[in-house]
Amino acid sequence: MRHIYVAIWAFAALLISCVSLSAETADHPAIQPLLQEHQAVIAKSSRKTIGPAIDAIAGSGLPQAQKVLQVWAAKNMWMRKSDGVFFIGEKVEGKTYRLTDFDSGAVVGEFQKGDLKQLKPNSGIRALIGTALVQFQLSDPDPVARADALQSIARDPSADQLTPLRGSIASEADPALKAQKLRLERLLTIRFGASDAERISAIEDMAGDLGVDLRATLNPVLATTREAATTLPSANIAGVLIPGEGISRDEAYALLVANDLAPAQISSDDMRTALAAHIDGGRVADVPVAQLNDPAMRARAYASLAAEGKVPPLVSDADVAASLSAHVFYDRYLDPAAPVTEAAAKALKDIELKVGVNQALDLGLDALSLASIYFLAAIGLAITFGVMGVINMAHGEFIMMGAYTGYVVQQFVPDHTLSIILAIPLAFAVTFAAGVAMERLVIRHLYSRPLETLLATFGISIALQQLAKNIFGTQARPLTAPGWLDGAWVMNDVVSISYIRIAIFVLALIFLCVFLFIMKRTRLGLDTRAVTQNPGMAAQMGINPGRVNMLTFGLGSGIAGIAGVAIGLFAKVTSELGSDYIVQSFMTVVVGGVGNIWGTLAGAAMIGFLQKGIEWMNPSNTLAAQTYMIIFIIIFIQFRPRGIIALKGRAAGD
Amino acid sequence: MQRSFIARNPSVLIFLSLLALFTLVVTVLSEGVGSGLISTSFIKTLGKTLCLCLIAVAMDLIWGFAGILSLGHFAFFGLGGYMIGMWLMYERTRLIVVDSLSQTEIPPTEAEVVDAIGTQIFGVVGSSEFPLIWGFADSLTLQLMLVVLVPGLLALVFGWLAFRSRVTGVYLSILTQAMTLALALYLFQNDSGLRGNNGLSGLQNLPGVTASQDLVSLWFLWASAFALGAGYLLAAWVVSGKFGSVIRGIRDNEARVRFLGYSVEAYKLAIFTLTACIAAIAGALYYPQAGIINPAEIAPIASIYLAVWVAIGGRGRLYGAVIGAAFVSLLSTWFTGGQAPDLPLGFYTVKWVDWWLVLLGLSFVAVTLFAPKGIGGLIDLIAQRASKKETGQ
Repeated sequence: MRHIYVAIWAFAALLISCVSLSAETADHPAIQPLLQEHQAVIAKSSRKTIGPAIDAIAGSGLPQAQKVLQVWAAKNMWMRKSDGVFFIGEKVEGKTYRLTDFDSGAVVGEFQKGDLKQLKPNSGIRALIGTALVQFQLSDPDPVARADALQSIARDPSADQLTPLRGSIASEADPALKAQKLRLERLLTIRFGASDAERISAIEDMAGDLGVDLRATLNPVLATTREAATTLPSANIAGVLIPGEGISRDEAYALLVANDLAPAQISSDDMRTALAAHIDGGRVADVPVAQLNDPAMRARAYASLAAEGKVPPLVSDADVAASLSAHVFYDRYLDPAAPVTEAAAKALKDIELKVGVNQALDLGLDALSLASIYFLAAIGLAITFGVMGVINMAHGEFIMMGAYTGYVVQQFVPDHTLSIILAIPLAFAVTFAAGVAMERLVIRHLYSRPLETLLATFGISIALQQLAKNIFGTQARPLTAPGWLDGAWVMNDVVSISYIRIAIFVLALIFLCVFLFIMKRTRLGLDTRAVTQNPGMAAQMGINPGRVNMLTFGLGSGIAGIAGVAIGLFAKVTSELGSDYIVQSFMTVVVGGVGNIWGTLAGAAMIGFLQKGIEWMNPSNTLAAQTYMIIFIIIFIQFRPRGIIALKGRAAGD
Repeated sequence: MQRSFIARNPSVLIFLSLLALFTLVVTVLSEGVGSGLISTSFIKTLGKTLCLCLIAVAMDLIWGFAGILSLGHFAFFGLGGYMIGMWLMYERTRLIVVDSLSQTEIPPTEAEVVDAIGTQIFGVVGSSEFPLIWGFADSLTLQLMLVVLVPGLLALVFGWLAFRSRVTGVYLSILTQAMTLALALYLFQNDSGLRGNNGLSGLQNLPGVTASQDLVSLWFLWASAFALGAGYLLAAWVVSGKFGSVIRGIRDNEARVRFLGYSVEAYKLAIFTLTACIAAIAGALYYPQAGIINPAEIAPIASIYLAVWVAIGGRGRLYGAVIGAAFVSLLSTWFTGGQAPDLPLGFYTVKWVDWWLVLLGLSFVAVTLFAPKGIGGLIDLIAQRASKKETGQ
């Protein structure tokens, strides 16, 4: 009886251990047999043949697979030469390596290097392994690893990523990553979805989206190849091309030649080489060599050679025409599914329309910011030139002085925000002083000779420019914007504007208000307007014209200095900074209408929008844009010689 | 008539004889035919200076006499240079190409020669096709005509547009400056057909001429001297007659001249176009001596320097422009060429290469403020003293 109990217990124990063992093997089957199945391929380690092995490991569904692939890619996988089994290798000392089993994680033992072979996958194989690893990373507990995996899929999508991606969506906890995964799943479905219906529904889901990634997905779907055939095949044809219309005749014939559908044309170089090869006693087929500088004689000599069968025959224009008319030319979609390409083309067209609208918006923002830059550069001039009528060619150098003041302040105050806040009043002070000095010493004596003011201030301009060069050197100096102005306000993938440009726009608005306030609401503004309209009468009324002129000129110069700080934030600070803006600034004032701040505003807006508009039409060439803009302005002056907003009556002066 | 014109303007005779004397002395001292006291490179500098004097005469005509401060005449100067440069470059490249192709077994066809020239000239801007504007580059006669016609036509169209809408004074100056800037920016493009910022080069080699540069530089000096003499004579003749009186009238009071029934716009347009043509001829003589022309030469600043020369020399007196241009441009060459000795101040050494422009700018302010008549005013002073002495006796 006791024996029976023992036997039963033993049997039960055996049974339990058996069950538990089988349960364990069901949970974690060994990966080694799989590796052994591909043993030869893995050991050979060639990029061309390794594919199936990696796929088998990655697709095995075994938890060890990720470990194997990682170890492999890190060149830590070793093969025991005696039986060809793979292990994790770890150097102990000298030439001794400790091997660990993939399945049990147990140390197998220490071996000499001579008994082992290290697997060293090359970069091509490592890339394949990396792709295979993505599916494991998609469910990695670390969100950073998951985000990296998503990025690597987005960078280089492939069909086999679709299933693991879908599998990982349900378990995704991070809402942002989940949204990314869902979006990527739709994009991958468009390209690699199993059925047409699935792909079309994905395209429709994404319709109207402005993302660059969607366009990058749709474009390869619509990729075409140009082909020629005798009859139109029943493939997914994007369009039939008629030589001379959709495709040039030369291109069409070259296509035929490339596909061996027609003989190659003999180029003049080929003909020349062929003729040179057949010179015989100073003649080529009865034509003297000296006469071969005539194309007609060359053709004749070549025809004779061809008739003798020494050279391939000439392809005449008639032959070309016959070949062209005997074939059809067409663009064929690489994707054979017609409904899918149709849906994609429609979606892309809709998107492009939307992108166009947004691009126009973006262009508008760009133009607005350019206009505010011109306005900033010109507003000081609107005071000195527009109100006082003084041509100050050194205005650009005041802008430059402002920018350099900002640079110098940053040398002493390292905090960018504080330094800019300090630089603005300092730049105003410096250029105000310079302007007052210039008015006192030079311009005051030249009020009756405007053309000479132009030349004298130009002399000051070149002197100041050279001085700046002597002091600061010729290389550009940095004027760094504070950190909070870095970056851009991004509305979507098409429309964005950098914060610096917004700041400049705001600054331009502030200047406009300040100018209006000073001119309309302060004593100085009233005096200035009185003096510019009638200096004699103003003097009778007790205004000191000399003092008013001095202060007004100083004000205009000071504003130029502040503009210099703003411009220096995005442009390079060099001694030529000012001269880059001077002609544009004058044109802004002249086009807008002298003596009116609203005119300057309108002029800046017109020039800014015009320049961006021309650049948009010919984006590769900003020089051409400037050229055409200046020509446009010259013509514009024809129709409105006094600018957009012209003063009327007595205020107009002469 | 001719005699009376010269008789009324003794300064013209004096100027012409001085110019002839200068040319003779330089020739005698040159390396090419004379004693070799003056180096060939300095002969070239002198020849170029004569061309600058010629454009200064044109500038004086338009600014000093007609009162139009054009800041665009260097554009015409540069265009003239480009026009002659096209022929020089084309013809020289053609000779080289024909020479190298004649080594091959099969004589080249004309199309092949033109292709090879195109590749040679436009290779730097990534093209080999001849743009349309090079259509006449193979003919010296046509290209010489274009030297005058192209800038003349540009001046005519621009002037017509500007004067018609009564753009005057500083506005016109700014507009001409804008035109210069537009032209320079256009030429800076690689697809402008004139080799972008590479410009045209190798212009100092006259195609088909085997004479040494010593001699060629002398030829150009003579040609420049002749052109300056002829231009001066023409300018003096133009301002001495009724035409001259009218344009001076326009300078002094445009409205009054208009009310007297003169077509102010036509007179202005005529003088603007004429001076543009003179400037173009000066440019066509200047750039073969300089050897290279590129769009930077046309930059607005060059035209302003031109005005500076004339102002320093003294406006409204032709010879003043010549003196100003020669004086300032030679001085500029001397200072910026590094030949001027440094000026040690103890605490700081003034290097003229760095400080010359500061000096020029400030002296320009000084001239405008204190000597509006420029160097010419000095000559007036001497002449007055002389005549006082005569009358005193």
